[in-house]
Amino acid sequence: MEKIGILIEIKEGELKKTNFGVITAARDDSHEIYAFLLDGCGVEFKSQLAYYGVQKIIDISSTDGPLVWNPVSWSMAIIHAMDHFGINTLLGLTSFLGKELLPRIAAYLDAPLVMDCTGVHLTQHTVNKSQFSGKTIATLNVSGGSYIYGIRPNAFEEKPAPCEAEIIPFQTEPENGDLIVKEIKQGASSGIDLSEADIVISGGRGMKNSENFRLLFECADVMGAAVGASRVAVDAKWVPYSMQVGQTGVTVSPKVYIACGISGSVQHFAGMKTSGLIVAVNTDPEANITKNCDYYIVSDLFEIIPILTKQIKEIIGEDHLTGAK
Amino acid sequence: MKICVCVKHVPDSAANIAIKEKNQFDESITFIMNPYDEHAVEAAVRVKKQVGDAEVIAVSVGKEDAVKTLRSALSMGADRAILIKTNIRPDSVITSKALKGAIEQDGKPDIIFTGKESIDNEGLQTMYRLAAALDMSAASNVMAFSLEQERVLVECEMEAGARGVMDMPLPCVIGTSKALNKPSYPTLPDIMRAKKKEVKIIDLENLVFEKPMSRVEILELKPAIEKRSPKELKGRPEDVVTQLIHILCEEGKVL
Repeated sequence: MEKIGILIEIKEGELKKTNFGVITAARDDSHEIYAFLLDGCGVEFKSQLAYYGVQKIIDISSTDGPLVWNPVSWSMAIIHAMDHFGINTLLGLTSFLGKELLPRIAAYLDAPLVMDCTGVHLTQHTVNKSQFSGKTIATLNVSGGSYIYGIRPNAFEEKPAPCEAEIIPFQTEPENGDLIVKEIKQGASSGIDLSEADIVISGGRGMKNSENFRLLFECADVMGAAVGASRVAVDAKWVPYSMQVGQTGVTVSPKVYIACGISGSVQHFAGMKTSGLIVAVNTDPEANITKNCDYYIVSDLFEIIPILTKQIKEIIGEDHLTGAK
Repeated sequence: MKICVCVKHVPDSAANIAIKEKNQFDESITFIMNPYDEHAVEAAVRVKKQVGDAEVIAVSVGKEDAVKTLRSALSMGADRAILIKTNIRPDSVITSKALKGAIEQDGKPDIIFTGKESIDNEGLQTMYRLAAALDMSAASNVMAFSLEQERVLVECEMEAGARGVMDMPLPCVIGTSKALNKPSYPTLPDIMRAKKKEVKIIDLENLVFEKPMSRVEILELKPAIEKRSPKELKGRPEDVVTQLIHILCEEGKVL
C-alpha cells in the first residue's frame, strides 16, 4: 500500500476546510493517508481527519514542545517525517503555507513539484494545472525519486470516507538554517482568507474610492465572504495589494465570485475564472465581464450592494428567530 | 558587492496562446520581462545605489529572443547580462541547475534577486531550488527589504495581510513581490546606454551543470474553455437582489 503524506493546515485553532479537498484528492483504495500536523494538535482533530479518510496522524513536535513557526524548520520537520515513515508523495494546499513549505521541501529533496494543481493522478504521476494566466490547461507528467504536489484550494470537493485513525507522535530537532523569524505583524484584513473563501466579493474602478469599499466589507461580513479588488483599485491605493485578485495578485476559486464595478480584463479573469458562479454588477452592459459570467446586473453597485446586505441580514435574522422557537 | 538578478522572458499576459503540436504554442507573439522580475531588477539596482561599490548581473535561461528581456534589465540599471541559450522550454529543475552553473562560473554573488513567480508556467519554485543548489538562505514574497552589514532583513507577505519579519545572512536569494517597490521605467538615454552593455551568451549544451534528478514534462496543452452563458437579472433593484440571493443559495450552494 502506497503511503501518501498530506500537509494539514490549521488556522485560528481550526482545521482549514480546504484540507478535506486535498485529502479527497489523495484517497485511493491502494493508498494509506498520513496527515502531518505541525501545530501540536493531532488529538484535537482526530475525528475530523478520520471522517475524511486519514489513517495515520503524525503529530510533529520538537523535543521542547511545539515546533515554533520557521519556514526552514517546518520544512525540515516534514522531510524528516517523510523519511522516517517511508513516504515519498506529499500533497498540500497552494496557500500561503504551501507556497512557503512545498518548494523548500522539493528543492531539498530534488523532487519534482507542481503547484496549483486542479487535477492529480498519483499513480500515473500526471497532474493538471492552469498556465499562462489561466489561458491554457496543461497536463504534466512528473518523474523523480519523490513527488510533491500543491493543490489549488477548493479545486476538489471534499467527500467523507470515515475510517479509524491512529495518532503517532513524532519528535524532531528544530533546524532553522540561517533563517530567523523575528516577528509576525498581523494584517488589517479580518478572518476569512481570500484564496480560500467560499464567497469573494470584489470591487474595481467603479468603487471610486477607498471609503466605498466599506459597502463591500459590510456585505462580506453578513455573507461570510472575503473582499477582493481589481488591479485598478489596488494601484489607486484604495485597498492594499494583498487584496488584489488577478494575474499579479491572488488566484481565487470560490463557489461564488461577485464582481462589483469591475470591467473584467484578461488579467483579472486569470485570478478568478475557475470560480463556481461568477456574478457581475456593472453599470456598463458592454463591460467584458458581462460576456463571461453566469449572471449580471446592469445597475449601480451603490444601489445594489446595500440592498443585498440588507436582504441577507433579514434572512439570517429570520433563521435566528426560527432557531429560537 | 556582487548582485545577480534572474529574469525570465515570458509571453505578454494579454497575448493569445495558440496551441500547436499538442504541447507547444505559437511563440510569434509579444514576449516581455516577467512582471515580478521587474521588481527584482529594481531591488538589485537600489542595493547597488546603497552600497556604491557593486555590480548587477542579469541572468536568464531562454531562447535567443530573451536577449530583449536582458536588454530591458540593462536599461533599468543592470551592468551586464548572461543568457543561457536553449531552444527547449526548460522546467524549474533544469532552469535552477543551469542558473547555478552559470552563476558559479561567473563568481558567486552576495545576493540574488528574482520575481516570486513567473506568469507563464506559474511554477512558484525556481528561486527555492536555486537557493538550495547554491546553499543559500531564501525568502520569497518579499515586500520590504533592507541590507545592513552582512545581514538582510525582509518582510514577507503572509495570509490575510499579515507580514513575517525575517532576518538572514548573506549570501541569500530574495523572491520579490509586487509590493516591494515601483520599478522606474528607463529613459531613452538609459535604453541607448544599455545597447552598449555586455550580454554574454552561453549555450546550455556547453554549460557544465549538475544532472537533473527529476523532471516535469508538458504532455498536453489545452485552451481553457470558457463555457459560461451569461444571463441578465432584470427588474427593480429589490427584486433583482431577491433573485440573486435565490441563485446564491440554490446554484452557488452558499449562504
